[in-house]
Amino acid sequence: MARKKRAKKVIVGMGTCGLSAGAQSAYDKFEEILDANPGSFELSRTGCFGMCFCDPLVEVRENGARVFYAKVTPELATEIYKSHIEGGKVLEDHVAYSRDAAGEGGTEADYLALQRRIVLRNCGTIDPESIEEYEAAGGYAALKKALSEMSPDEIIEEVTESGLRGRGGAGFPTGFKWSLAAKQDSDVKYVVCNADEGDPGAFMDRSVLEGDPHSVLEGMAVCGRAIGASFGYIYCRAEYPLAIRRLTIAIDAAREKGYLGENIMGSGFDFDIKIKQGAGAFVCGEETALFASIEGQRGMPRIRPPFPAEKGLWAKPTNNNNVETYANVPWIIVNGASAYAACGTEKSKGTKVFALAGKVRRGGLAEVPMGTTIHDLVFKIGGGIKNGKKFKAVQMGGPSGGCIPAAMDDTPVDFESIPATGAIMGSGGLVVLDETSCMVEIARFFLEFTQSESCGKCTFCRIGTRRMLEILTRITMGEGVPEDIEKLEKLGRQICETSLCGLGQTAPNPALTTIRYYRDEYEAHIDEKRCPAGACTALVDFFIDPDKCTGCTLCARKCPVEAISGEKKKPHVIDNDKCVRCGQCVTSCKFDAIYTK
Amino acid sequence: MAQVKDQEKFTYRLWRYDGAPGELIPLLQSAQDHFGYIPRRAISYISSVTGIPESDVYGVITFYSQFRLRPMGKYVVRACAGTACHVSGAKAIIETIEDELGIEVGDTTEDGLFTLNTVACIGCCSLAPVIMINDDTHGRLTPASLRKLLREYRRREEAARSEGTGSQEAAGSRADGE
Repeated sequence: MARKKRAKKVIVGMGTCGLSAGAQSAYDKFEEILDANPGSFELSRTGCFGMCFCDPLVEVRENGARVFYAKVTPELATEIYKSHIEGGKVLEDHVAYSRDAAGEGGTEADYLALQRRIVLRNCGTIDPESIEEYEAAGGYAALKKALSEMSPDEIIEEVTESGLRGRGGAGFPTGFKWSLAAKQDSDVKYVVCNADEGDPGAFMDRSVLEGDPHSVLEGMAVCGRAIGASFGYIYCRAEYPLAIRRLTIAIDAAREKGYLGENIMGSGFDFDIKIKQGAGAFVCGEETALFASIEGQRGMPRIRPPFPAEKGLWAKPTNNNNVETYANVPWIIVNGASAYAACGTEKSKGTKVFALAGKVRRGGLAEVPMGTTIHDLVFKIGGGIKNGKKFKAVQMGGPSGGCIPAAMDDTPVDFESIPATGAIMGSGGLVVLDETSCMVEIARFFLEFTQSESCGKCTFCRIGTRRMLEILTRITMGEGVPEDIEKLEKLGRQICETSLCGLGQTAPNPALTTIRYYRDEYEAHIDEKRCPAGACTALVDFFIDPDKCTGCTLCARKCPVEAISGEKKKPHVIDNDKCVRCGQCVTSCKFDAIYTK
Repeated sequence: MAQVKDQEKFTYRLWRYDGAPGELIPLLQSAQDHFGYIPRRAISYISSVTGIPESDVYGVITFYSQFRLRPMGKYVVRACAGTACHVSGAKAIIETIEDELGIEVGDTTEDGLFTLNTVACIGCCSLAPVIMINDDTHGRLTPASLRKLLREYRRREEAARSEGTGSQEAAGSRADGE
């Protein structure tokens, strides 16, 4: 520990995002350097810091000062060692973000300036596989306080006072939900954590599970104490192998330290957690379907009431919250409800983590106070649109959500303002679209997703989404007819009204919101057989960039209708009269020289 | 409470089954880990041990996209078709894989090396477009870089095969190589 104070510490961001960008080879390089120079620095790993646009991200920490290096290759790792660690000279050109011990920001500081980190307090800072680091960061203090100083009613009151609302999307008040389960008289109750993050475009929960798994376990244990449950399940997607591994390590460590198991910290309270792996069904994000899946059945939703607080998992009173909701709980217990409620808007308290993705320059995780505007998220935090393109819309809430056009980017993100636009808060996926994104195509994409994920129980969801998909597909193929828009709206309303669960009730949203804001694009496809964004391949022309084309003739040989011509080793051209728009030239080109317009 | 490890042997798990409810999906998952898919005989075993009718077991298998009734290739390529990947050109990525491997989504190459599936979202949206090959994620792909990547896998495989040793271990270590 004495050495820790003096030595520099190198921390490699090793969430799934960092690893897929090559964090392992950076880590290996540092390990190799450390082997050659024992004791010269400390090497550690952490989860996602949120700056995924800089991955692999490596931090050099010394006496509280933090310097983050972007896109660290093994070569850069060697340089960092020579210049920064040995020489004490920061490589300014490669710094993504730096903060001196006083907390003053440096480069790219506005990425973090607008953020307030409550849920992500430890993500990218501690080693998620080390319970000691979590404890050192104040971990399990909330559980200790909840067990020794607070009664279950006081815990619920604290959570209610904080104004915390469910972060899975619906925004149901968490404290109230807990009180419903607490009131039930039953020998067995369950705490369930919904980690079936299925919305395409959302990765907040994965980052929390990979970067700070103990915060979720602690939140669940506090909930168990509050409602009188002694057993918890985490239902996690099988697509998140790293999250499952780190959770397993965390649960084992917590059991060993006595934070889980029997008679926790001598309080007489028993609580244990088990991981259940999902098997790939989007509808299992719906709580009643999730319970059916844990029970080993087909994951189909059922009618409510009875609500889960009365009869949930195994027909016992159950409290089900999302990962991010639980991760908020320890902070609230330690810092108090009023500190939490001081952040956010009147009706939506605290922060929300967003997963910024799509055509934004700085994609990654951003945790902001409720009420931050979409404009600030996209431009100040996200750094604007990639490649100098024009901002068109954001898609929020995944397949259940909708598109909010750029003109409405002063909309604050909270549980009141977002639904008023026709979109939903959702779990926090925020996909930024630019002028090259076709809104009809986006609606078709989401309908294709919900259609294939519909469990088939409700007729309108099963068949109605299929009919909507067919209509949208034919519009993008240039075969739409004028009645189509009206048909989509009518069908959409019927599906919303007649479906049992959230999947069906919200499945038409992407189509309905795009019709609401981008009717002209639908009309251009239908009346003029034209895709204004140039995204629907059936309605666009293909071109070869003469600067990139090397004349390798591969595309000409691939083309099934001989529409591509040109001499060897000279740029080729495409005859759009012959072209059947199959796109084979685009996928075969080794130089990414073919584009559409 | 005994810890459930996902790599646990299927037969051990089946033998240890104590009638606890909700074990069907974990049993199917370990069967798939063990065999690479869920063979007919595994359905019979599970049914006879748990008392759940074969038809119900089959119903659960076909409900979830994770379960396969046919053998999969040594490398399972999962192309992400999530929103961020979609707007970043996932369609061209999927078509490129189909062309490079000569198979369609859901199929396995004749040599048993690759299976191609799509997945709704891998959760690496900031690196879109993304694919997973077994447990390794590859991001920021273009059709050209993707072809290179797939050929690299094939080359490594052929090299291991011509050496005549331990291609299995090579693949295993890559899959675990976090």
